[in-house]
Amino acid sequence: MARVDDRDGRDKPGHDEERGAEHSAHGGHLADNITYFARALRTAGLPVGPGAVIDAIGAVEAAHVGTREDFYWTLHAIFVKKHEQTVIFDQAFRLFWRRRALVEKLIAALSPIAPGDEKSEDKPKPGAERVASAFPTGTREPPRPKRELELSAQFTMSDRERLASRDFAQMSAAEIAETKQLIARLVLPQDKVATRRWRADHRGRRIDARASFRRALATGGHFVDLAWRQRDERHPPIVALVDISGSMTDYSRLFLQFLHALGERRPVSSFVFGTRLTNITRALARRDPDEALASASLLVKDWEGGTRVAASLAQFNRQWSRRVLAQGAIVLMFTDGLEREVTPELGAAMDRLHRSCRRLIWLNPLLRYDGFQAKAGGIRAMLPHVDEFRTMHNLNAMTALVQALSARGGAADPRRWLLPAA
Amino acid sequence: MTSLPPSIDETLALLGSAGYVADRPLATVLFLALRMGRPLFLEGEAGVGKTEIAKVLAGALGRRLIRLQCYEGLDIASAVYEWNYAAQMMAIRLGEAAGETDRERLEADVFSERYLLKRPLLQALEPDTAGPPVLLIDELDRTDEAFEAFLLEVLSDFQVTVPEFGTIRADNPPVVLITSNRTREVHDALKRRCLYHWVDYPDAERELAIVKARLPNAPAELTREIVAFVQAIRKEELFKVPGVAETLDWASALVELDAVALDPAVVSDTLGVLLKYQDDIQKMQGSAVKAMLDAVQAELKAA
Repeated sequence: MARVDDRDGRDKPGHDEERGAEHSAHGGHLADNITYFARALRTAGLPVGPGAVIDAIGAVEAAHVGTREDFYWTLHAIFVKKHEQTVIFDQAFRLFWRRRALVEKLIAALSPIAPGDEKSEDKPKPGAERVASAFPTGTREPPRPKRELELSAQFTMSDRERLASRDFAQMSAAEIAETKQLIARLVLPQDKVATRRWRADHRGRRIDARASFRRALATGGHFVDLAWRQRDERHPPIVALVDISGSMTDYSRLFLQFLHALGERRPVSSFVFGTRLTNITRALARRDPDEALASASLLVKDWEGGTRVAASLAQFNRQWSRRVLAQGAIVLMFTDGLEREVTPELGAAMDRLHRSCRRLIWLNPLLRYDGFQAKAGGIRAMLPHVDEFRTMHNLNAMTALVQALSARGGAADPRRWLLPAA
Repeated sequence: MTSLPPSIDETLALLGSAGYVADRPLATVLFLALRMGRPLFLEGEAGVGKTEIAKVLAGALGRRLIRLQCYEGLDIASAVYEWNYAAQMMAIRLGEAAGETDRERLEADVFSERYLLKRPLLQALEPDTAGPPVLLIDELDRTDEAFEAFLLEVLSDFQVTVPEFGTIRADNPPVVLITSNRTREVHDALKRRCLYHWVDYPDAERELAIVKARLPNAPAELTREIVAFVQAIRKEELFKVPGVAETLDWASALVELDAVALDPAVVSDTLGVLLKYQDDIQKMQGSAVKAMLDAVQAELKAA
């Protein structure tokens, strides 16, 4: 097999040209490149083990890959194990093998068939940013030495502390990116409630007649060893109503990130509202957070516009409350409550919402200000109808919310905010 | 046993003969479901007559109706089968007393059909002299995802596996109708196996036909007013607008009260039959009822 000596392109990420010279004719560049590619995939979050790398090299050689597309699907077949991973793989493939003619040359080295044209670059897709950051940034540097890694780990610790109390609105793009990762790692609430369904449990309180009988039969009925069962438990669903008007933008995007992380473990229905209500549950259910948020934003027509809290809540009550609140849901309402026109409808809509759910928690970033007082008409109209009133402007507040969900009840009693102004 | 209707028109006629006033889209999807042997998934607000379709269909076809009412925590034991433990225990003791020592024979005997308590889903798979039964899985949205997932096998292969006993398969699959009030979204996987139909509130003409079919002795003028008023009230922003069931209830209530025409007082007094939320009743009480009634009566006169 011929060795490919690819020296024309210089744009990393790609492969390491110099290194290739050291390798024998057998797949030299190919094996290297696939190894690097696999490493990039791993960094981007795909569970790619060394076995898969060996498989991939073998597969590309065995498949007699003829075109770029074949090459793509061969690697895809090896590295992608779940449908959601395709997005990441696709982006990684584009970035890694984007150098014109690299794949073609590799293919040419493997088979005599002439290569096809390379596809043109589309606009950036969701996941692109995350994959891009997974590639090593230095052009030709070997993996960083261990000492440096320790150092950067320390940085991360202090970064984390700083980030935890930093207002979402004042974060730089890099800090937001880091915060997103921390949100994904947040410990999620432990708030299971009993359902009517039974499951086998040796510490249970009810006799499981069926299992007991089967066990008894094993001894011919001489010895009855009782099996027990217990009520199964599940997380109550969460329904989030997120204000995406202009004043909330900096917060709502990271809050949606939080909802996405929450949605990995339990049922979450998400709605956003500005001047109208949009259900983004399905879009947000996509596995990859960037892709989820991107497809959610496609659905929403009124980002950063005005707010009509009362109308949106009334619409929610009419169209959705019976559908999403029926299983004893917890409602997280995320808005600053700055409704311009305060009408009796706002209070009525809040009251209806409050009576339809298990627990109504209002998250208001305005609470971050020390001298906050419930003076705005909208806030005063809404406050009597919520169970809890909390802030949500940084990671600490997010962690506090998780703790509040795990615990039971009113650590953040909303009525105390009404007292001074009353 | 009545055979299945050979066309959409005959499906429509079949439902009509049993007193169900259906529209053409419903007849079409029902015809297709019967023809293709696929379950029919009926979704719609409470009280639009989804359950009624199954009852009427069973009656018209002369089939047995098996109803599985869903609820949270519904499990295999109450939906498919359960063993009769007490009888099994007794059988073992009797076997012992008679000196039976062969364990395998004992087990085979105890886990036989004799001791199997059949619940609706298993009953629906059994052969019936009148033809395969109509299986109504009512308010599927009330159960949980686990049960929904279990239904996937039953609905696509019409078979149930009892571990101790074996797989039971229907020779002639039942006619399956599933209803949902949409208190939650049912999973796509289940919907994919079914034909889907959204049952909406009927238009004035059809609703009039329904009331006439159900309450033939109600005064014609009153019936027209009732239907027009209900149609108007459905356009209001209410938390729960009345369904056909409420219209029928209201009509029979008014007939009981010997009303011959609607007037504000009698409507106000009986609003609770039509509206089931205090907020809604409050909103419609008093002047709102009068204004709406005036508009409805003026329109009926003009027509």
